[in-house]
Amino acid sequence: MNKKFVLGIYDDEDVLLTAIENVRAAGTKIYEVFSPYPVHGIDDVLGIKRSRLPIAAFFFGLFGTSFALWMQIWMLGFDWPMIIGGKPHIALPSFIPVTFELTVLCAAHGMVITFFIVTKLKPSMKVPVFDKRSTDDKFVMAIEVKDGETDLAALNNLLRTNGAIEVNQKEVLK
Amino acid sequence: MQHVSPIREPLVTGGKTYHDITEDVCRQVEAKPNMRWAIALAVALVGFAIFCYSVYRTLWYGIGEWGLNKTVGWAWDITNFVWWVGIGHAGTLISAILLLFRQKWRTSINRAAEAMTIFAVICAAMFPVLHMGRPWMALWVLPLPNTYGSLWVNFNSPLLWDVFAISTYFSVSLVFWYIGLIPDFATIRDRATGPIARRAYAFLSFGWTGSAKAWSRYETVSLILAGLATPLVLSVHTIVSFDFATSVIPGWHTTIFPPYFVAGAIFSGFAMVLTLMIITRKVFKLEDYITLEHIESMNKVIILTGSIVGVAYITEFFIAWYSQVEYEQYAFINRATGPYWWAYWSMMTCNVITPQLFWFRSIRRSLTATFIITIFVNIGMWFERFVIIVTSLHRDYLPSSWAMFSPTSIDIGVYVGTIGLFFTLFLLFAKFFPVINMAEVKAILKSSSEVKPHHQHHSNTMHGTAKDSNSNTSHSNE
Repeated sequence: MNKKFVLGIYDDEDVLLTAIENVRAAGTKIYEVFSPYPVHGIDDVLGIKRSRLPIAAFFFGLFGTSFALWMQIWMLGFDWPMIIGGKPHIALPSFIPVTFELTVLCAAHGMVITFFIVTKLKPSMKVPVFDKRSTDDKFVMAIEVKDGETDLAALNNLLRTNGAIEVNQKEVLK
Repeated sequence: MQHVSPIREPLVTGGKTYHDITEDVCRQVEAKPNMRWAIALAVALVGFAIFCYSVYRTLWYGIGEWGLNKTVGWAWDITNFVWWVGIGHAGTLISAILLLFRQKWRTSINRAAEAMTIFAVICAAMFPVLHMGRPWMALWVLPLPNTYGSLWVNFNSPLLWDVFAISTYFSVSLVFWYIGLIPDFATIRDRATGPIARRAYAFLSFGWTGSAKAWSRYETVSLILAGLATPLVLSVHTIVSFDFATSVIPGWHTTIFPPYFVAGAIFSGFAMVLTLMIITRKVFKLEDYITLEHIESMNKVIILTGSIVGVAYITEFFIAWYSQVEYEQYAFINRATGPYWWAYWSMMTCNVITPQLFWFRSIRRSLTATFIITIFVNIGMWFERFVIIVTSLHRDYLPSSWAMFSPTSIDIGVYVGTIGLFFTLFLLFAKFFPVINMAEVKAILKSSSEVKPHHQHHSNTMHGTAKDSNSNTSHSNE
């Protein structure tokens, strides 16, 4: 099924932020906003919740710590105990560096893989942007058009009075 | 609300707009390679060829091709390893620690500095792997099950900690760098005209669209990665210094080593970043993005870390005398007055005296002076590693085993070769990847550029002027 969108094009981040506030206040649902760089304050006006990725990173890190400790204690303490430099078999101070490194390794890679999965980022040949200028210097506000429900003229007017330099329509094949 | 002082120098000069940034950074990615780049690559490839030949000799005839002997069992290779790893540290410092400190000036240099980190770690890793003699056995450093028991690796050994530290550091730096590259690859993809370029950059950009949700997560991921990379980078050179500090060799067995090595690493790394940046900004005409303000900020880091290193040298001498340990005292007297006195005094001159010139503002802001001093620092830091390693080993407890070390042509070939490898990788990066993080520079443009982008015609159609006039600063990034 094809989806239709109305795209409001902006060229200033502050105008965009006010426009988002006003468009949402007018009761219009914003499908997505695209920008060439992270616009600060956009999360609040769009109502995007704080990402839970730090929590994921914490648990991946915790896994790394436990795995590293288990691995070293089991290998040198139980599987093949050896006396090295007169130290006890389970010489915990010696295990700190590897434990730390594996904690960082698991936390970083675990979080990044989660980020790729939840944001649906993967290598592909498709060019999925709505308006190619949104990766250069324009900010694009996309609003989904529902046949029979959306008043295009009113929407156009709303976007333009809020500073859009262009209002375009776009159909996306699903 | 964020206050930007009016006396603060702009970080982006020339009154650039968002589109100008895209144009300026993408220009050399999209243009045909120019002559200067091709000549530079040819020179780097000669270095790479020397590397290949020296590695072939090392592997075919064995470690005997190197100048090591029974007394000096670690010399040229480990010197180069520590030197390269140290250089890498500046990239992570710029991208991670300066991000946590909210230093906006990092945005235009972090991309190239991180690339330098990755290439420097690749060069560093060559040395311990080659010193194994049989690099195809390198997987034995990992705790893998085997048919000898399983006989596990020794987790009490700093050399094993190094394996974990360097591989974690490399892979986390690579991921951090790549995450930053994704939005910029998307920019290049959306501008690309040729079918190969479009497909290649589409593949590399992972289907990035720049949606608000994705940016929100991107920023979270960058912040957490910076938080993870900061202790990581400090741990890496700490663990490298443990290779020496946990042994009982006079001159190595000191508790000062971890902070001393980390400061030295940042010192040499910033010198290398400056060397590369002064060339890059000139060749790719990026003077409006890498300004004298950036050069001066980096020079300030050099003078700080250089002074820490200087204090550490003096502290080592004092502690050797104060400890009343005869061997320790001899190790230091021998460094300064023994057969390797020239290496010691080269180190002192290059590392302690030359960076002090940066106290003068005119020298801090002079490109020529900075370039020359950074070369001195790079040489000085190489000698520091050489002095620590070779002078401590060559005269140990037993005078009957005293010996001298001199490198063979293969030793020199591997070292010069890694410089060729480094520049080959860096030049390829500079041609095909955006050398400046476009998205992050655009994000600081409004607050840190000479001229604020004007959109007067919009503010007229909008409501109240009060909100508009202060939103210029209130929404400014970082």
